[in-house]
Amino acid sequence: METVYKRPKALTDVPFHFCAGCSHGIVHKVIAEVLDELGVEGKTVGVAPVGCAVMDYDYFGCDMIEAPHGRAPAVATGLKRAMPDNVIFTYQGDGDLAAIGTCETVHAATRGENITIIFINNTIYGMTGGQMAPTSLPGQVTQTSPYGRDTEIAGFPIKVCEMLSTLDGVALAQRVACDSVKGVREMKKAIKKGFQYQIEKKGFSIIEVLASCPTNWGVTPERSLELITEKMVPYYPLGVYKDKGAEK
Amino acid sequence: MSEKMLLKGNEALARAAIKAGCKYFFGYPITPQTEIGAYMSRELPKINGTFIQAESEIAACNMLFGCAATGKRAMTASSSPGISLKTECISYMAACDIPAVIVNVQRGGPGLGSIQPSQSDYWQATRAAGHGDFHLIVLAPSTVQEMADFTQLAFDLSDKYRTPAMILADGLIGQMMEVAEIKEPTTVPPEKPWAVTGHNFKRKHNIINSLILDAQKLEDLNIERFKKYDIIKKNEQRSESYLADDADIVLVAFGASARMSKEAVDMARANGIKVGLIKPITLFPYPENAIKKAAETAKCFLTVEMNMGQMVDDVRLAVNGKCPVDFYGRTGGVIPTPDEIFEAIKRTVAKEMK
Repeated sequence: METVYKRPKALTDVPFHFCAGCSHGIVHKVIAEVLDELGVEGKTVGVAPVGCAVMDYDYFGCDMIEAPHGRAPAVATGLKRAMPDNVIFTYQGDGDLAAIGTCETVHAATRGENITIIFINNTIYGMTGGQMAPTSLPGQVTQTSPYGRDTEIAGFPIKVCEMLSTLDGVALAQRVACDSVKGVREMKKAIKKGFQYQIEKKGFSIIEVLASCPTNWGVTPERSLELITEKMVPYYPLGVYKDKGAEK
Repeated sequence: MSEKMLLKGNEALARAAIKAGCKYFFGYPITPQTEIGAYMSRELPKINGTFIQAESEIAACNMLFGCAATGKRAMTASSSPGISLKTECISYMAACDIPAVIVNVQRGGPGLGSIQPSQSDYWQATRAAGHGDFHLIVLAPSTVQEMADFTQLAFDLSDKYRTPAMILADGLIGQMMEVAEIKEPTTVPPEKPWAVTGHNFKRKHNIINSLILDAQKLEDLNIERFKKYDIIKKNEQRSESYLADDADIVLVAFGASARMSKEAVDMARANGIKVGLIKPITLFPYPENAIKKAAETAKCFLTVEMNMGQMVDDVRLAVNGKCPVDFYGRTGGVIPTPDEIFEAIKRTVAKEMK
């Protein structure tokens, strides 16, 4: 029988632990497809975050290291400076990247550290059971914003791509949404571009993925995808915020 | 070729690290260790190495983690408040069995403290350099020469046992100038097949990780790691002894306070008091064998430190009640003079040797 679909080579055969409808599985698969297509799995080292994706060291076939919470961009910096011709990426959630690791993220970006960051923004701390994230939307109900995120008290969500796009070291800052087939295709193009820029030594690339968390949002997987489109995209507009390759 | 030169302790340490094959340094400015970063920023680019002034001590230590995870010899340095920030990552490195060198040129604490020399991070270095069950190898230089020698030793021991190692220096040794010989390394770093360097499709993927959700597995791993510490305790205890063989009173002092204590020993001997000195070189593993041996003949011990009394715990553990153990210390960045220590010796004589 003809094989029409198979697991990307850069994914191991360890089953994902992710909840039904969670975007992590799709994003992992897309990254692995990109590593396969660029033929770089053998020289890639991935940095796992603290959070739901912590166990991606078991899922990606490349060498992996698990960083302290929020420190993945600093760990990636050490890896990259030691091995400038290898491919180094981090995979981080919104609490990891935009709360406890904001400092490491901003400075890796402004140094133009030649790494690729895949940033999963699902507006919630998933692993610990659904607390308010730095990216939770105004009014969003979470375990630690039970009356809805009150911007008078908790302030406003942080817009990472917009913020990083002001930094000269950034080669690519792009936001995509994992909410549809079209969205996933855009995501793959963006992730591939990020890795290509790294291989071409263009500098820091970050791809922010608007992602679902049906379990902690308390909705069905189907509804969670609609919520990305209806609630997240208006607050976090999709698009390319910085692209050195497109500049004249 | 080895080279002899007049150097600050911090510079001797940095130069020796480069000689030991350390081409990567990640740091953040803090007094009194800033010369180490300054030296590295000047010298590493000349040998195709990397110096990064990190955005924080936390980031610097995590850069060290990533770099050392590729198998390269790498180092970070700081002073007391900065070391507190590094302890998160030190715990991760210990849990991942990553060899790397961390330098603490101590200043007075707690809090922001002072910028003068201190030894008040002894507990932190030997007991709690981060959360969880683990140890670092800890070396305590007391001369500029030892800043150089122990740095090279720290890289060797760290690689040999796959564990982070710390140089626990202080502002006095870091800032003072002496003639030191920066020696050629006599060892070759071991192969590091565990490193994350890209598998190149030639081996299974390497994973460096400290998340062990299965409690039994984590217990087994910790027990395994403590067996390694037992081997380190058996093989690597180091100390120096000065006139301690026939001494009635044995001083125990490390780092800068060992220098002043040695002078006090000479003053006491000139006054007919039989005093000697044991200077621990390794603080972990603690040189308990040397202390135990001295406790067989000594009438009492006097521990001299630049803190409120931290290493004295380890002296008492080693002496195990065989004889009294007194303590004399200055803290906050105040350095005890040989005269003060001599007075403390006389008080101990009056109290313990009636």
